[in-house]
Amino acid sequence: MSPEYIKEIVSNHKGELGALISILEDIQDRYHYLPEEALRIVAGETGRSLVDIYGVATFYKAFSLKPRGKHHISVCMGTACHVRSAPGIVDEFTLQLGLRPGETTQDGEFTLETVNCLGTCALGPIVLADGHYFSNVKRQDVKKILPKIKSGFVEEPGDREDRLFPVEVYCPHCNHSLMDEQNPIEDYPAISLGYSFNEMRGWVRMSSLYGSHCLESEHPIAADTTVKLFCPQCHAELVGKTACFDCGSPMVKLGFLGGGSLLMCTLWGCNNSEISLNGHHRRDEHTGESREHILG
Amino acid sequence: MVTLTINGLKVRVEEGMTILEAARFVGFPIPTLCHNDGLSPYGACRLCVVEIGQEPKSKLVSSCTYPVEEGLTVRTASQRVLKARGMIIELLLASCPQSKTIQDLASAHGVHQQRFKQEYEDCILCGLCVRTCSEQMMAHAIGFRGRGENRSIGTPFDISSDVCRLCGGCMYICPACQLRCTYNQPQHAICNACANLRPPCIEKEGYNNLMCYMEPCVACEIK
Ligand code: FES
Ligand code: FES
Repeated sequence: MSPEYIKEIVSNHKGELGALISILEDIQDRYHYLPEEALRIVAGETGRSLVDIYGVATFYKAFSLKPRGKHHISVCMGTACHVRSAPGIVDEFTLQLGLRPGETTQDGEFTLETVNCLGTCALGPIVLADGHYFSNVKRQDVKKILPKIKSGFVEEPGDREDRLFPVEVYCPHCNHSLMDEQNPIEDYPAISLGYSFNEMRGWVRMSSLYGSHCLESEHPIAADTTVKLFCPQCHAELVGKTACFDCGSPMVKLGFLGGGSLLMCTLWGCNNSEISLNGHHRRDEHTGESREHILG
Repeated sequence: MVTLTINGLKVRVEEGMTILEAARFVGFPIPTLCHNDGLSPYGACRLCVVEIGQEPKSKLVSSCTYPVEEGLTVRTASQRVLKARGMIIELLLASCPQSKTIQDLASAHGVHQQRFKQEYEDCILCGLCVRTCSEQMMAHAIGFRGRGENRSIGTPFDISSDVCRLCGGCMYICPACQLRCTYNQPQHAICNACANLRPPCIEKEGYNNLMCYMEPCVACEIK
């Protein structure tokens, strides 16, 4: 844990009223838990008493004071999921991992937790693992889910179990749909865009399934190339104000049908994308980082 | 100035006072537990309930946190209030029977039974110690932690605090751990000893301090 990093987080939130929770969230994002030392630094930097901060940190279930594993599994035990046999799923995870809810494996890989409702009751039982939602989970699915979590969700194409929905996007400049019905990928209309890099121009079509990174492009593009993306209709360059939370490359902003926007990282192979449903990214102005991981 | 009616008596008090302050100012006693004159109101124990408003729409509020309003009607000892207060004391007894403060309250308010599952907590989460620590001692050494069932009071990380000056203020003010009551009927976890003395030690009316003035208590011999 680096004190400088904590101090930086605190200074990022300077002047915000009631920034404590945001600060703790940022620390938790980075370390997966709230180290004692970090809380002491936050207390020193913000001028609040340690006991206040500790009170907040222990009040919210989202914060953990114990180190959590690399992979964080939450099994929903809310009413709807419970009646659809979520307890059996917890038992199965317990069996497979040798953990009781709230514990972390010895090798620091997995933390198992139960939560009370993830807000998607109709799709229950729900398992949330590292930000990925698994819906309609059955007891026998647990064995299949675990390796996926372990491999960090690199998936084989065609394997669609944990994806929830296709998205539809439009160009924010000309409002034309970017969906290509003629050339579906994975049975859904593809998102079609123009790209340019190193004076090369071409087209790219990507799967519109949120969370899938299947795509076809005119030229082979090496990983770690930053590309410019264009609307195929009005040829305007797609831009965005934010930087990717994972790699720091600029993200482009597409209109999201039904309100909001979809942000996509322009670094080839980074595959990071985010949906902002209210059309407004909470932190744009402050840190240049977009942090609204709603799904994915 | 604000005019309000307390138990049928029209009174004029300063704006910004709480109902509790106003009622005490004009001489109506309201029992309190988590209230202390030197500390900010907190409203944790609800013992200070009073009834406000007109009959069918009247409601119970905690007087220690409710500011006076123009034209408010307050009843500090209506049937409804007494019933609620008795219930609160019973619940407090259910969690902390060993507290002399609570046992005294029970005797003074005629609570003779405790119908709930008996627990033996040593904290009723009234927050007096937390407020003493931060408001009077400016130490901020202890505070609330967790929530719901797991809420507790203590230092961060449960280790001895480096800002605590060991003043003992928290123990001094605590109504639950300061005096251990051994109550003479352990199966009922209710003492009532002073109320059963002849003549009774605590009189229901006219005795406003509630803590017994005799030390040690002649009935239960606690110092
Ligand atoms: S009960 Fe599981 S998502 Fe609501
Ligand atoms: S004295 Fe008013 S709620 Fe405790």
